[in-house]
Amino acid sequence: MTTDTVARVPVTVTVNGAEYTAEVPPRRTLVDFIRYDLGLTGTKEACSVGVCGICTVEMDGVIVSSCILLAVQANGSEITTIEGVADGDKLHPLQEAFMNYGGFQCGICTPGQIMASRALLEQNPDPTEDEIKNWMMGNLCRCTGYYKIIESIQKAGEVIRLGN
Amino acid sequence: MRDFQFHTPSTLAEAHSLLSDYGEEARVISGGTGLINMMKQDLIYVDHLVSLQNVDGLNYIRSTGEGLQIGGRTTQQEMATSSVVHENNPLLTETYGEVATVRVRNAATVGGGVAHGDPAQDPPPTLLVLDASVHVASKDGERTVKVRDGWFVDYYTTGVEEGEIVTGITVPAAPANAKTTYIKFLPRTADDYPTVAISALGVVDGGVVTDVRVGLGAVNSTAVYADTVAGVLVGKEPTADLVREAAETVRDLCAPTPDFRGSAEYKTDMAVVFTRRALTRVLGLE
Repeated sequence: MTTDTVARVPVTVTVNGAEYTAEVPPRRTLVDFIRYDLGLTGTKEACSVGVCGICTVEMDGVIVSSCILLAVQANGSEITTIEGVADGDKLHPLQEAFMNYGGFQCGICTPGQIMASRALLEQNPDPTEDEIKNWMMGNLCRCTGYYKIIESIQKAGEVIRLGN
Repeated sequence: MRDFQFHTPSTLAEAHSLLSDYGEEARVISGGTGLINMMKQDLIYVDHLVSLQNVDGLNYIRSTGEGLQIGGRTTQQEMATSSVVHENNPLLTETYGEVATVRVRNAATVGGGVAHGDPAQDPPPTLLVLDASVHVASKDGERTVKVRDGWFVDYYTTGVEEGEIVTGITVPAAPANAKTTYIKFLPRTADDYPTVAISALGVVDGGVVTDVRVGLGAVNSTAVYADTVAGVLVGKEPTADLVREAAETVRDLCAPTPDFRGSAEYKTDMAVVFTRRALTRVLGLE
């Protein structure tokens, strides 16, 4: 990273319920802010151009690609990352299902897969296979062939519909 | 990405003042999904980003009876999921729902997309078909430009001038008995740029075509309105042969950039093929 030539600016965000403030150069991307300024390394970066879905986080209730957003654009927002998905030691049904049904393999895409599918199940806990494919099409995976991910999401949906 | 200063005015007047101060060194940023990608790849350099994120009053979808008024900061996902949009104009729902992925649509805005002018974007062919207008505001006042009057100027170049901000668009209602479709040809992946994209509207009344419109995406340096199609079809009974003849007229409107989604010849051929399919659908010949 080259030397900053403009003044750093304060960014305050609430991440997983805790408020953070850091001074960053305006060009800091949200994913770098989350990983390097806040130390929350569960969120990954891969393609860096908003295509692969790995850096997916929830911002003010909707999922976004944190690699093509600036930290300054997130100023004042509420963010949920993969670290905020479990309830204490109790894993989210999606986290359980990804482990139990093979959606979690090498793991690099998994935080993004969980964040994206969590947003889907929150608005539709019983999605069809086509609805899952349409929603998740921008979250790339090179291990599972996607069928295991689809199955994991369906199984988590069942658990959520039964009230955990 | 090079350094820049980031400004967050809370009113349009403040934004205009900043744009006036920094002139060509400044760019307006809305969702940023296009602009930040270009800046990260050093395709453009900006010294001052003027963000609209704290400017209130630019995120709305209003039905006026004559059509829709849409604020520039409305997200593309809001367009894809709004019941007001769907009831008024399902072609807009269909088109905005085809933009990239839900993550991108949640950040990308209507005004940002219209100002950006990427020739392979989904909305421009549909905005041409629907005869939409763009509202822009500068410190000297507001003006309105119909997208068909040359809003999409060239590759990533639109009618927004230095110091101007796209505040919204107006989309007239489609005729009540219109059929519409948005088709994009995606040989690679579902969220890729299309090889070609076709937006179309057709009205058949009393067995005769009374209105037919086609917009083309990804086949030239901007989206193109195919004003050649109506001359072949309007006033006539729609037939497969006439549709074939009308579709053939879009060939001369294509000057695509060859890439891994197809050679220029292939993309041009596909524009004709997909125009034919779109016309077949909207003129009820399926």
